Amino acid sequence: MRGRRFDITALPGFSAIAIGVFVVLYAPIVTIVVYSFNASNSVAVWGGFSFRWYEIAWENTQVQDATIRSLVVAVSAALISTTLATMAALGTTRRGRFKGQTFIYVMINQPLMVPEIVTAVALLIFFATIKVATGYQGLGYLILAHSAFCIPFAYLPIRARLEGMDLTLEIAAADLYATPWQTFRRVTLPLMAPGVAAGAMLAFVISLDDVIITEFVKSAGQDTLPTYMLGQLRRAVTPEVNAISTALLVLTVMLLTAFFLLTRRRD
Amino acid sequence: MSPSAIEIVDAAKVYGYGASAARALGGVSLGIRTGEFFTLLGPSGCGKTTLLRLIAGFEMPTEGTIHIGGKDMTAVPPNKRPVNTVFQSYALFPHLTARENIAFGLQMLGRPRDEVASEVEKMIALVKLEEMADRRPGQLSGGQQQRVALARALAPAPQVLLLDEPLSALDLKLRKEMQLELKRLQTETGITFVFVTHDQEEALTMSDRIGVMSGGRLLQVGAPREIYNRPVDRFVADFIGETNFIPAEARGDLVRVAGVDLSLPGAGNGPVTLAARPEQVRIGSNGPLPATLTRTVYFGTDTHCHMTLSDGTEIVARLQSPPSGDIGLRDGQGVRIDFAPGALQILEGA
Amino acid sequence: MTGAASSTRSGWLLSLPALVLLALGAAGPLLIVVVYSFLEPGEYSGVVWNFTTEPWFRVFLERDIFDGTVSLADAHLTIFWRSVKLSLLTTLITFAVGFPTAWFIATRPPSSRAIWLFLITIPFWTNLLIRTFAISEIIRNQGLLNTALLKFGLIETPIQILYTDTAVLIGMVYVYLPLMVLPLFAAIDRFDFKLVEAGYDLYASRWKVLRRIVLPIVRPGIVAGSILVFVPSLGAYVTPRILGGGKNMMVGNFIELQFGQGRNWPLGAALSMLLLLIVLAALLAYVRVTSSERPQ
Repeated sequence: MRGRRFDITALPGFSAIAIGVFVVLYAPIVTIVVYSFNASNSVAVWGGFSFRWYEIAWENTQVQDATIRSLVVAVSAALISTTLATMAALGTTRRGRFKGQTFIYVMINQPLMVPEIVTAVALLIFFATIKVATGYQGLGYLILAHSAFCIPFAYLPIRARLEGMDLTLEIAAADLYATPWQTFRRVTLPLMAPGVAAGAMLAFVISLDDVIITEFVKSAGQDTLPTYMLGQLRRAVTPEVNAISTALLVLTVMLLTAFFLLTRRRD
Repeated sequence: MSPSAIEIVDAAKVYGYGASAARALGGVSLGIRTGEFFTLLGPSGCGKTTLLRLIAGFEMPTEGTIHIGGKDMTAVPPNKRPVNTVFQSYALFPHLTARENIAFGLQMLGRPRDEVASEVEKMIALVKLEEMADRRPGQLSGGQQQRVALARALAPAPQVLLLDEPLSALDLKLRKEMQLELKRLQTETGITFVFVTHDQEEALTMSDRIGVMSGGRLLQVGAPREIYNRPVDRFVADFIGETNFIPAEARGDLVRVAGVDLSLPGAGNGPVTLAARPEQVRIGSNGPLPATLTRTVYFGTDTHCHMTLSDGTEIVARLQSPPSGDIGLRDGQGVRIDFAPGALQILEGA
Repeated sequence: MTGAASSTRSGWLLSLPALVLLALGAAGPLLIVVVYSFLEPGEYSGVVWNFTTEPWFRVFLERDIFDGTVSLADAHLTIFWRSVKLSLLTTLITFAVGFPTAWFIATRPPSSRAIWLFLITIPFWTNLLIRTFAISEIIRNQGLLNTALLKFGLIETPIQILYTDTAVLIGMVYVYLPLMVLPLFAAIDRFDFKLVEAGYDLYASRWKVLRRIVLPIVRPGIVAGSILVFVPSLGAYVTPRILGGGKNMMVGNFIELQFGQGRNWPLGAALSMLLLLIVLAALLAYVRVTSSERPQ
C-alpha cells in the first residue's frame, strides 16, 4: 500500500451504504417516470414507449380541474404566506430581543411541530362549523389553511437572509441621508429579495404537495391534484397516475433548482 | 465660519438600565477644529467608537450635547446630519455597483441627475477608481472597496467625515499606502476628518491632533509631538510608544534614581514615577547611572538593550544597529546610562 | 430613549398579520379539538353539547355493552403500540443508513458536495404521496422487487409485502430518510476534522475515533434527525393508508376513521390530543437535551 494516503475521513463501508441509499432513494422514482411512458394498460408490464397516458391525463376534465385548483390554491397560499412571513421576519430579526419574541417564534413554527393529521381534524371541525353557519363552501377554506401552514416555510429562508445581512448597511444608508422608507426601499428590500423569492417557492411547493389537510378541509368536489391521486390509488391504479406524478415531479425539481440557485448566490 | 467643526459638551452614554447598565462613555468634552485631521486613539472598549457613533447620530447621548457646525445636533437623526461615515467593514451596498454606491448619498439628498453624475465622476477620479466603477463590491479587492467607501462618504461633501478604523482590514503595505492617500484626500478636500484607531503609529503619522481615550474618558488631547513627548499619565505614556517607568524620589531640582542623583529642574518633592523613551536612553562609559546589561535583542534597524539598575528597576534602551549588526556589548556586562536632555518626564497620578 | 419599547411594538405589529392567520388556520382550531374531546358524539357526525370524559375514557378502556364490565381497549392500544413501534424502528433504521450517507456527503470535496446534497433534497421535497406510491409499485406482488427475485430464482412465489407492517416500515424509512440525513449532514459538516487527526495521533482506531470523538460531537444533529423522523412517523397518515391497507392502521388513520365511518368525533378529538401530547413531550425532551448541551 505504499504511496496510498491515509484518508482520515474514510470509514469502512460508509461509502457503500451511502451509494446504496442513493440507489434505493431514486430507483422507485425513476421507475415511476419510466412507466409513465408505458404504452400498455398495466402498470407492471412494459408495452413500449408512448405519451398515451400523458394525453389521457391531459384530456381528463377531473385532472384539469384539480390542476387548476391546485395552482390557484398554491399561488394564493404562496403570495399570502410570503407577504405575512416577510413582515414577521422584518419584525423579529435584527433588533434586540423583545418581549414576546419567543411566543412569536413558537406560533410561527407551530405548523412544523403539530402532526398534520391533528391540524387536519382541528380544521375539519372548525370549518365544518363555519360552513354550516355561513353556507360558504368555496376555495377560501383551502387557501386559508394552506397559507397558515406555509408561513413557517416562507419565514425560514427570509429570516436566514435577513440575519445574514450586515446591519451597518442600513446605518450607512441613514448616514447617507436616506429616510427610513428610502432605506427600506433602496437597501433592505433589494437585499432580502432572494430570500423572499426562495420563501415563496418553498411555500408554493409545500402547498402543491399537501394531501392530509386538503383531504380534510376540502368541500365536496374540490379535489386538488394530490387528493385526486389519493382517490385514484384507492381504486385500480392506471399509468395515468404515473404521468401526473412525473409532471409534478418535474415541476418540483425545476422549482427546487431555482431555489438552490437563488440561495447559493452569495454576494 | 465657526472655528469649531464639532463641539461636544459632557457627552455620556450608558447602555442598559439599572444593575446591568454599562457606562461606555463618561462625560467627555471636546472641540474639533474646522479642517483638522483629528484622531481618537485608544484600546478597544475605550469608548472611541461610541463617541464617533454619537457624532454620526447612530446613538443618542445619555447626557450632554453635541454641536456640529455651530448647530445643536444632539437629537438629530443620522440622515439629517451633515456628517458621513467610512465604516470599519465599509458597509458597501452589495447589490449596487461602485458608481451607484458613490451616488447613493447625493440621490438621497435629491440632487439633480446630471449634478449627481458629474459629482460621482469627480469622486471616482479623486480615489482613482475609473477602471472599477461599474463593478460590484464583491468583485473589488479590500483596498478598492476602501476607496469606494471613502468616495461614497465624501461625495455629499459633508462638513465632517468620520472614519471608524477604516484601515484595520488591510494588510500592512496597503495600510501605509492608504494612510498617505487619506492624508492627501483630507488636504485636497479640506474636510474635517475624525479618525478612530487603536494603532498609535497610524495616529502619530496622520493626525493634526490626537485625543487619547481609555475607560470611556478622554485622557489627553494634543498634537502628536505633545502626546508622545509630554504624556500626562502612565496610561498615555505606555499606550503610545514604549516607555521605561522609573521609580524615583524628587528633591527640589533633583531626582534620586537607584541611589544616584540626576538633575531635573522643578522636580518637586516626594516619590514620583519618571518616564523615559527607550530611544532617549543612552549607553556609554561615562553616564551617571550604573546598570547591568541582561539581554540584547536584535530588531534589524534597532537593537534593544535590557538593563537592570542596582535597585532592580529594568530599563530598555533602543540603539541604532551599527552596519556590522553587533553593538559590541555582552550580556552581564556593566554599563553606564545617560538620558538625552529633556528625556525624563515626571508622570502625574502614577 | 424608548428604543426597547418601540422595538417591541414594531416587532409585534409586523408579526401580527402572520399570527392572526396562524391563529385562525392552525393553532386556534386546536383549542376547539380540546373542547370536542369532552363532548358526546352526535348520531351521524358532529357532537352533542354535553360535557363528558367518556371519549378520554374510551381511548384506553372499553365498557362491555351487555354487562357494563370495563376492560382495556385492546384494539386502540394495539394501534398506538404499532404506531410507536413502527416509528421507533423507522428512526433507528433511518439513523443506521442515514449516518453513513450524511458522512459520505460531508466528506466529499466542496465542488461535488453541493450536488450530493441536492440529490438528497430532491426526494425530500418530492410529493410524499408520489414517493409512497412509487414504493408501493416496487414492492407489489407483480412489482420490480418480486419480479427480480423470481427471475433470479431466489423465490418461487411472490412474497406478500404490500399491506403488511413491513410495507409500512419500508415506506416510512424511504419517505423520512432525508429528514434524518439533512440534520446529520449539517452537524458533520460543521465538525472539525482536525479532531479526527488528533484522535489518530493519540492512537485511536477508526472505530474509537467514530465512537469517542465524532458521535459525541455530532449528537445534537443525531437528536434533531431522530425527532424530525419520529414525530411525523408517529402521525403518519398517507404512508400506512397506501401501504398498510385497511387493517394495518396507525394512529393517524384511526383518527381519520373516527371522523369518517366511525362517526365518533369526540373520540377522534381525544385521540388527536393524545397524539399531540406525545409529540410535544418528544419535542420538549429534544429542547432540553439540546439546550443543556449548548456550552454557555
